[in-house]
Amino acid sequence: MKKIVHYLNQFYGQLGGEEKADLKPILKEGPVGPGMALAEVLGQEAAIAATVICGDNYFADHQDEALAEILDMIAPYEPDMVIAGPGFNAGRYGLACGAVCSAAKEKFHIPVLTALYPENPGAEMYHKPVYILKTAISATGMRKIIPVMGKFALKLLKGEEVGFPEEEGYIPQGYRVNVHTVQNGAERGVDMLVKKLRGEHFVTELPMPVFDRVPPAPPVKDLTKAKIAMVTSGGIVPKGNPDHIESANASRYGIYDITGLDDLTGDAFMTVHGGYDPVYATEDPDRVLPLDAMRQIEKEGGIGELYNYYYATVGNTTAVSSAKKFATEIAQDMLRKGIQAAILTSN
Amino acid sequence: MKLTLNKFYVKDIQFAQKSAFADGILYVDKKELAEYLMEDPNIQSVDFDIARPGESVRIIPIKDVIQPRYKQSGTGQIFPGFVGDVETVGNGQTNVLEDCCVATSGKIVAFQEGIIDMCGLGATYNSFSKMNILVPLIYPVEGLDKHTHEATVRVAGLKTAAYMAKQTLNQNPDASETYEHESILEMGAKYKDLPKVVYVDMVQCQGLMHDTYVYGLNVKGILSTMIGPLEVLDGAIISGNCAAPGHKNATIHHECNPVIMELLKRHGKDLCFVGVLLNNESAMLTEKKRAAYYTSNLSQLLGADGMIITEEGGGNPETDLMLNCRFHEKKGIKTVLITDEYCGRDGASQGLADVTPEADAVVTNGNGNQFVVLPKMDRVIGDVETVKIITGGNANSIGQDGSLSVEIAAIMGSCCEMGYEHMTTRLR
Amino acid sequence: MAKTIESFGIPCVHICSIVPISEAVGANRILPATAIPYPTGDPNLPKDEEFKLRKKMVLRALNTLTVDIQKQTVF
Repeated sequence: MKKIVHYLNQFYGQLGGEEKADLKPILKEGPVGPGMALAEVLGQEAAIAATVICGDNYFADHQDEALAEILDMIAPYEPDMVIAGPGFNAGRYGLACGAVCSAAKEKFHIPVLTALYPENPGAEMYHKPVYILKTAISATGMRKIIPVMGKFALKLLKGEEVGFPEEEGYIPQGYRVNVHTVQNGAERGVDMLVKKLRGEHFVTELPMPVFDRVPPAPPVKDLTKAKIAMVTSGGIVPKGNPDHIESANASRYGIYDITGLDDLTGDAFMTVHGGYDPVYATEDPDRVLPLDAMRQIEKEGGIGELYNYYYATVGNTTAVSSAKKFATEIAQDMLRKGIQAAILTSN
Repeated sequence: MKLTLNKFYVKDIQFAQKSAFADGILYVDKKELAEYLMEDPNIQSVDFDIARPGESVRIIPIKDVIQPRYKQSGTGQIFPGFVGDVETVGNGQTNVLEDCCVATSGKIVAFQEGIIDMCGLGATYNSFSKMNILVPLIYPVEGLDKHTHEATVRVAGLKTAAYMAKQTLNQNPDASETYEHESILEMGAKYKDLPKVVYVDMVQCQGLMHDTYVYGLNVKGILSTMIGPLEVLDGAIISGNCAAPGHKNATIHHECNPVIMELLKRHGKDLCFVGVLLNNESAMLTEKKRAAYYTSNLSQLLGADGMIITEEGGGNPETDLMLNCRFHEKKGIKTVLITDEYCGRDGASQGLADVTPEADAVVTNGNGNQFVVLPKMDRVIGDVETVKIITGGNANSIGQDGSLSVEIAAIMGSCCEMGYEHMTTRLR
Repeated sequence: MAKTIESFGIPCVHICSIVPISEAVGANRILPATAIPYPTGDPNLPKDEEFKLRKKMVLRALNTLTVDIQKQTVF
């Protein structure tokens, strides 16, 4: 029989309402509150060995300590799984459910599960690492969600294959995976068009992604005194590609020395970007990384100083998350080196 | 316009003293074929190999995949501008070798060349693994510049495919399919009540390994134009082009264009297939805009109600895709986009470089970043070391045990954006 | 990448030819380049004219770093 530890807040743990929201974590044997209904669904295959109850305010105000205490209470049971909630739309409770599950997963390497209303901030924060089943907005959804939780929990406990969000009822975690289909892409496309033309319902296979925005940085006050650095995603690297930057979906970037160099030439530099015709960049790499122009401007006093290294990677099908990671490290390096502004060239 | 495709099912390919096609077996006289290809003085030497479905064989690097076709009758000849003269094609009878293709290999031209595995995990990522494949390994003369090398290999592949299909002339096919496509005015009168659909075929033209040819003409610099769907089936559009092997439109994809095939199938039934518009994917923004404005205007002149568009490549061509989407939708022409995505190995990144809110009907053919470990194959045709530099591969791709760790972008046609394969991406 | 660097307080100008992509992804300072294979060049020009073009583009790019912008701007 598999062992589960269940996490509840003070209200569902039947210890009181808002007035008990400061409660420190308490451990009780067996199931409590909604845990009882859940235990019935789990039947003979799994049991709720213990329930940890914690006040929402205490958790919110002392997250690190609370988590440590809660994990210490869970540990001796050596549970096969931790379940939290359901938390519906309660914000503090939802955040706690997500945090407890996430921490338990990391510490004990066991499956975890909670259930929240999709707009609960806890769902927003933890849907990636934790399976979060979708609930109604309020506890009136309790009767409906308990059997779903129980069934899904058993699936996770048995290590069975987890289906897609539409089938299983969890909030999409944000990972797109390739699946084989019966119809080819063209057949699916024509079907979709005919439906769209008829005004019938259709489902797009690729919802448009949304890109976040950042506020502009304060401008450089005096270029003639500024230290500027060059960055490129055009794959311009020293001949021989010493860091083995890939021609597509780059997993790394390089920092290359241009001290005393006034010009990039095809015998010292090359392009490794596999997504554009390399002929022109090979003839003259300044066409992608304009070192010659920058040096002349530096000599003429147009800028204070050109940083003696440039940063390079390949932008060909490189994942946005990778680009963000590289740019974060590059920006941190720039801050350390006192670089005040940058020029990024792309293809 | 009427075109009949005579299908000859290939059960095996074998080398023989004399080339012929009999009882489902394609016999190839290596010597005669080599002489034919080496009429091009830029080829130093050529060798041939055969890969069969289910064999433990890996072919790498592959530049183009072509389906052998040859015209039995009608005007012009297959692959006009290269094998055939520039005369219009798309009528009469064309003989097709089914379950068969040519995959050109030899000395690698540049980064974006691909892999076909004939068994194992890699074989599940394209339809080529189920075909009997003749591989010409082409070695150019010393000192050839890249542009000429590419042209040399391109033409050699087309000639090989034509040569193979030519062996079926005057024989009875295993099956036949006839396609009819009326003039626009005729179909307008005939199918008054059916929605009028136009297919926008976007074709790459960004330089070496990124070019497409129509009747032998590089599409760089062309204004968007129209072409008959049946002409495309006779090889009027040829790939000189790569992008990543996972989503390049190889010549076989053009010959067998699955969107054209599906639209022809449904023409007169639940839609009226008006025609095919070619829109080039240039490397300059002004040209992209001009093309999309011009194409959407052509669609409007044709009276289209709906438009389906396919892409080639990723990254900047997504701008061509989105511009076409926006301009068509603004004219009241409903759109469906067929593309693929690059959302990182974990599938969590944004998969498209450009977006537009009007793109509410999109088909995806997979995430090209998916990482796979392909088992060692007993035999390699070509040079497996090239995996280290091709798109989807990296310096550590070749495992100690001979396995190949790559992103599926390295596998020929895995995410073909014409919708040739059977794969989509779903959100977990 | 331009957007991320800018988020650290370092103004960054993105020289690129396919401006709509940079706009969609969210760089704040965008300068249109010549073409994909040669963003800061033009092989159709004689060498000295090409250099003049490049220098002009780089100067414009550097200038964008001194402009106080409130939102995404294509220069």
